[in-house]
Amino acid sequence: MKRSIYLLALAFGVSSAYAQETILPARPQDKPVYLTNAVIHVGNGQVIENGTVAFAKGKITAVGAGVTAAGDATVLDMKGQHVYPGIIAPDTKLGLVEFESVRATIDAREVGEINPSIRSIISYNTDSKVINTLRSNGILLAQVTPEGGIVSGTSSVVQLDAWNWEDAAYKTDNALHFFIPRLVNTGGRGFRGPQPRDPVKEGLEKVETVRVFFREAKAYLQENKHAATNIKFEAMRRLFNREQKLFIHCELVKEMLIAIDFAKEFNMDVVIVGGADSWQITDLLKQNNIAVVLTQPHSLPLMADDDIDQPYKTAAQLQKAGVLFCLSNEGFWQQRNLGFEAGTASAFGLSREEALSAVTLNAAKILGIDKIAGSLETGKDANIAVSTGDMLDMKSSVITRAFIQGREINLDNKQHQLYEKYQQKYGIK
Amino acid sequence: MKRAFEKPGRALLSRGVAYALNRHRSKLLVFSLLLAGSYAHAQETFPVNGIADPKDRCFAFTHATIVKDAQTTLSNATLVIRDGKIIDAGPGAAIPKDAVVVDCKGKYIYPSFVDIFSSYGQADVKRTGGSWNAPPQFLSNTKGAYGWNQAIKSEVNAVDLFSTDEPKAATLREAGFGTVATQQMDGVARGTAALVTLAGDKENKVIVREKVAAGYSFDKGSSTQNYPNSQMGYIALLRQTYLDAQWYRSQPAKEGVNLSLQAWNANQQLPQIFEVKDKWDALRADKVGDEFGVQYIIKAGGNEYQRMPEIAATKATFILPLNFPGAIDVEDPNDARFVSLAEMKHWEMAPSQPAAFEKANIPFCLTAADLKDVKSFLGSVRKAIEYGLSEQKALEALTKTPASTLKVYDKVGSLEAGKLANFLITSGPVFKDNTIILQNWVQGNRYLVKQDGWNDIRGIYTVSLSPGSNITVEVKGTATAPLLAVLQKDTLPGRIDINGKLVTLSLPLVKNGRSNVRLSGLISENGWSGTGVDTSGASVRWNAAFARTAPARSDSAKKKNNVDIGQLYYPFNGYGWDKMPQQQDILIKNATVWTNEKDGKLENTDVLVRGGKIAQIGKGLSAGNARVIDGTGKHLSAGIIDEHSHIAISNGVNESSQAVTAEVRIGDVLNPDDVNIYRQLSGGVTASHLLHGSANPIGGQSQLIKLRWGQDAEGLKVTNWDPFIKFALGENVKQSNWGERNTVRFPQTRMGVEQVYVDAFTRARDYEKQATGKRRDLELDALVEILNAKRFITCHSYVQSEINMLMHVADSFRFRVNTFTHILEGYKVADKMKAHGAGAGTFADWWAYKMEVQDAIPYNAAIMHKVGVVTAINSDDAEMARRLNQEAGKIVKYGGVPEEEALKMVTLNPARLLHVDNRMGSIKVGKDADLVLWSDNPLSIYAKAEKTIVDGIVEFDRDYDLQLRQRIAAERNRLVQKLLGEKKKGTPTQKAAFTPDEMYHCEDLQAGHQEGLGITTGAGF
Repeated sequence: MKRSIYLLALAFGVSSAYAQETILPARPQDKPVYLTNAVIHVGNGQVIENGTVAFAKGKITAVGAGVTAAGDATVLDMKGQHVYPGIIAPDTKLGLVEFESVRATIDAREVGEINPSIRSIISYNTDSKVINTLRSNGILLAQVTPEGGIVSGTSSVVQLDAWNWEDAAYKTDNALHFFIPRLVNTGGRGFRGPQPRDPVKEGLEKVETVRVFFREAKAYLQENKHAATNIKFEAMRRLFNREQKLFIHCELVKEMLIAIDFAKEFNMDVVIVGGADSWQITDLLKQNNIAVVLTQPHSLPLMADDDIDQPYKTAAQLQKAGVLFCLSNEGFWQQRNLGFEAGTASAFGLSREEALSAVTLNAAKILGIDKIAGSLETGKDANIAVSTGDMLDMKSSVITRAFIQGREINLDNKQHQLYEKYQQKYGIK
Repeated sequence: MKRAFEKPGRALLSRGVAYALNRHRSKLLVFSLLLAGSYAHAQETFPVNGIADPKDRCFAFTHATIVKDAQTTLSNATLVIRDGKIIDAGPGAAIPKDAVVVDCKGKYIYPSFVDIFSSYGQADVKRTGGSWNAPPQFLSNTKGAYGWNQAIKSEVNAVDLFSTDEPKAATLREAGFGTVATQQMDGVARGTAALVTLAGDKENKVIVREKVAAGYSFDKGSSTQNYPNSQMGYIALLRQTYLDAQWYRSQPAKEGVNLSLQAWNANQQLPQIFEVKDKWDALRADKVGDEFGVQYIIKAGGNEYQRMPEIAATKATFILPLNFPGAIDVEDPNDARFVSLAEMKHWEMAPSQPAAFEKANIPFCLTAADLKDVKSFLGSVRKAIEYGLSEQKALEALTKTPASTLKVYDKVGSLEAGKLANFLITSGPVFKDNTIILQNWVQGNRYLVKQDGWNDIRGIYTVSLSPGSNITVEVKGTATAPLLAVLQKDTLPGRIDINGKLVTLSLPLVKNGRSNVRLSGLISENGWSGTGVDTSGASVRWNAAFARTAPARSDSAKKKNNVDIGQLYYPFNGYGWDKMPQQQDILIKNATVWTNEKDGKLENTDVLVRGGKIAQIGKGLSAGNARVIDGTGKHLSAGIIDEHSHIAISNGVNESSQAVTAEVRIGDVLNPDDVNIYRQLSGGVTASHLLHGSANPIGGQSQLIKLRWGQDAEGLKVTNWDPFIKFALGENVKQSNWGERNTVRFPQTRMGVEQVYVDAFTRARDYEKQATGKRRDLELDALVEILNAKRFITCHSYVQSEINMLMHVADSFRFRVNTFTHILEGYKVADKMKAHGAGAGTFADWWAYKMEVQDAIPYNAAIMHKVGVVTAINSDDAEMARRLNQEAGKIVKYGGVPEEEALKMVTLNPARLLHVDNRMGSIKVGKDADLVLWSDNPLSIYAKAEKTIVDGIVEFDRDYDLQLRQRIAAERNRLVQKLLGEKKKGTPTQKAAFTPDEMYHCEDLQAGHQEGLGITTGAGF
């Protein structure tokens, strides 16, 4: 109730007209905050009943049952509420696309097959109306990922409360993205125009062009002096230094075998994105230390004969095999349902806390930001979402507060403002 | 005429050639023979260049086994033909003095086969223009006084287009055919077929009857016109054409001359042949025929065996193709994964189709159409026999049935006096594996097929050398490819080479000897004789005499195992039933029951189901004979009803070619095989409203189905239901996102959309007032139903201006918009919707996928509900439909709607919107027993449907599902092993390919939209 008054003030008080433009990025945390009497879901599997999370200057300073507030601090009684690390959305076009069918609003796909120097952060639009609709569901970080061609460019992790892309940058250029063509024979039964005669052969040829490119880049980078500077090769330097990961987008076993082979040949930190059939090779993924950004559980089975709940239970199969994985969701606006994807994975085999890790700490590990994000542990950024009930179940998930780097962010969004507006119209508040 | 004079010399020569022909020259001679035929049969009106050579050719084939028809086999009989016709056939047939006698001892004579589904002698029709990205074409491009639709080609007569094609005729003759009904395989109405023989004569002479059938299909072929572009459009076009043709009989002045309709009417007297691509198409075609009192002869697709009871009920005669699917290479397990069980089972079972028709006592013909290579025809028939077809039925399906079906049994189809002299001479019973067709006579002309085996010389001979001794040899192998062995203490392989009547022998006398006896000579009926050299090189004379037949070898009597073809599933899908489930009385005990009635949520309550209805609700109910399901700790809700679905639809969800297509019907194109029926049952869905897409302002008629897994199309339909129709507004209908070429079809703006409605309903109102005898217009009929509250609208809509507009149009024509679907800006005009009486079916939280959803909000349902609009949450998506309960849960989150009200948004409210709330949507005594037992609160992400009951039948059971998975795994493994066995045997295989599912969203424009494996992804709404 208190919150909605605050929102109303924001919508109608600050500005004469309702407008999302009035939802401002928050100021830096000025004094310590204590969230007390909460059920704390640390993100690493641990649950602290009736605990406290303390953070100052954007960093978590204490988490536990016996933490007490001291000095000039804001103490917020979260009695009965659940405190979670903010959800992290990997592999998304958030901020790159505003309307899927309107070409002018799409900045996700560049021309060319191999574009390692393309950087998604450049297009990331902090003023996208979509971003705020994610925050209000507890999604606080996102890996903004380009697509198109075979090597599409680099993604960056952004925090979702920023004035511009420089502010937003959380981990810049964290990964290069490689899309393996679908290696399956369609028997010429393609949709929308004729399929390649032998899509598998053509796909493998494309994979080989990438392999050749990688080898050339590696050779190029071993020599410092070049008469002609090759920007594409230069863009590969951090990858070979293992400062950047290689995210290989693939779904089927043969494609994943190629991904594993790339990891071996180039000694890179490879992550599989998609992995719809990863349940078939959990042992190989484990042996080769390959992490998986798993395609959304809310998918149909690949084949008519597949177990009807296969996409729901793949996460549990990876968990059981000890494969590091996190969950993803397609698109951009859809990310606000990422928590519920974890809920489904939990209904089909993960424990609740494992499901939470699958959208928080595991994602942070895979994106390379687990030192500063992904769980409610001392020293990490205070990226926190508070919910009245289970955040992974839509029936009970209502986010009441959220903090990014300790800043309490505004949970309003364009959609909620329209809701307010029309409740006024009908007098149904 | 020119051809007759071309090479008379050769023609004369050929007539003198002996029956045993030079192997290497036989092709050439066959060719010259047909020239001979044409000469002999020259027409009276054609002048002769040279000296006339009139002949009344008469032949007598003696000592043959004559199979007159499938029922009558005569031993040691004689067939007499004269001048291309049969004179007599029987054991006592008199041999005319002027007959050339052909001794057919050991041979069989059959009527040549008849194929009534052929395009022999018709040129391929090429589609010209109309590439996929061409601007739309609204009317036919056919020049002349023809109809409006280019796919209706009833004016085409195959006889006009026919020209003989000797290479093709030869191939067909070699496969055993003598007569075919040929048609131009092009269009929805293909015009007439002509009956022609395969003689190499002038067209004038080979045409037996000019018009013997009229052809139809669900394929517009070369037509470049946009309409129709969906299967339901094809059906609608057929229906409308039947009506138009009836109306045209009254010679309406406004129509002028319409040659297409005129021909259509004339063609109705002929047998009507309908070509389909699969079993459901066969039933669809038959249903259209039934509506207009037409019984089609159906040319089958190949999988009809999967639904024989329904196929039998069509009462149609079928034409069965024999293009059985080839074996699949499943060596690579990662590739094999993408071949569905249904596809593998089809490979295994397809050859049993003719046997299944025989067993079901359905009349059928066989056709060589669809075979990649006509040469494989006889092999395919034999395969069908191996799979259970009787030889007698096979012969009937190739002779009498096709001939009778086209009412030409007086001309062809048996060996009776007066019929055409079209017959086969074979080396044995025609369907036995080693039998070969030696000659195929057509209209009294002889065509050699395989002459080398005419004389079966196999047996044991005594070869006498002079000077020299006797050598015993055995000629073995096959009649056409004999082998030779010298019989001694050790049997020594020799050589025999036969060239016509000339024979060359090479006989070893000792094992590993340096040289052989080499003989050359002539085979004649009086024995073999000739000259040669012995092992020393000295000249010898020789003769050989038949001593005895060789003893039968055990391997020649190869025994065939009974073929194992697995079990049928209903539907034909891995998850199909092997036995259809029965309705049973069920008592669900001690559950939390969400009644959706004023009782609200009842704890620890029992629900009794009897006769498919909810019989009793209460505590401590006695089970009687009912099956008891323990509901302790579980939740029971009414089945989920998806108000906006596109599952279980075949070949296109949009007839997008015109702005108004009220005549097309989703109910015509249901696909009961769709695995999404089963998948959605696993998400608690019991009924789905299947909508036409959203490509045009007035789309097609929709169909409400219940998810009765395994039932056929009619069994899925909810009967006695107020019919609905799909309308659409906004970007899709004004084609905003279809690319730059699609700026032609009206409308392009929301202003234009309004005028489409005003125009359509104005026309409908005027049409309704027209006097009797008017042209019945199925499109306007549907609109008149709307005006009279006999049909109801569910309208795809997004922005407030257009929603407002449609309600105004409706008000001015005095009807009500029943439901706005999608309706993402409904919250902006909820008060107006309530006043109008419109309901809403919306998404929980979708937005940002197109410009017109920029103001979509997840609070939409909550606002509309609070304002008093009947609000449902629907899917428009096969994936989301599996968890509509969760989507309802979001309405609790966004807007704080109470849980029971939220659940109603996927159960009772859609039932209200669809006018079926008197029998579905809540748990109330007397309503249909459509129930879901959930593991948890049904609005929770953790809830799983454990049992889904439709009409008292447990259609989904999570425990049984686990058994099905094992059955799928076992059956897949069995078939993979069998396919691997085929590959090992050397059977040619085709690459394993991904078996796609057919799935649609409402803006999908193409038929056959397939999705899966990320080959295509993304949603369009």
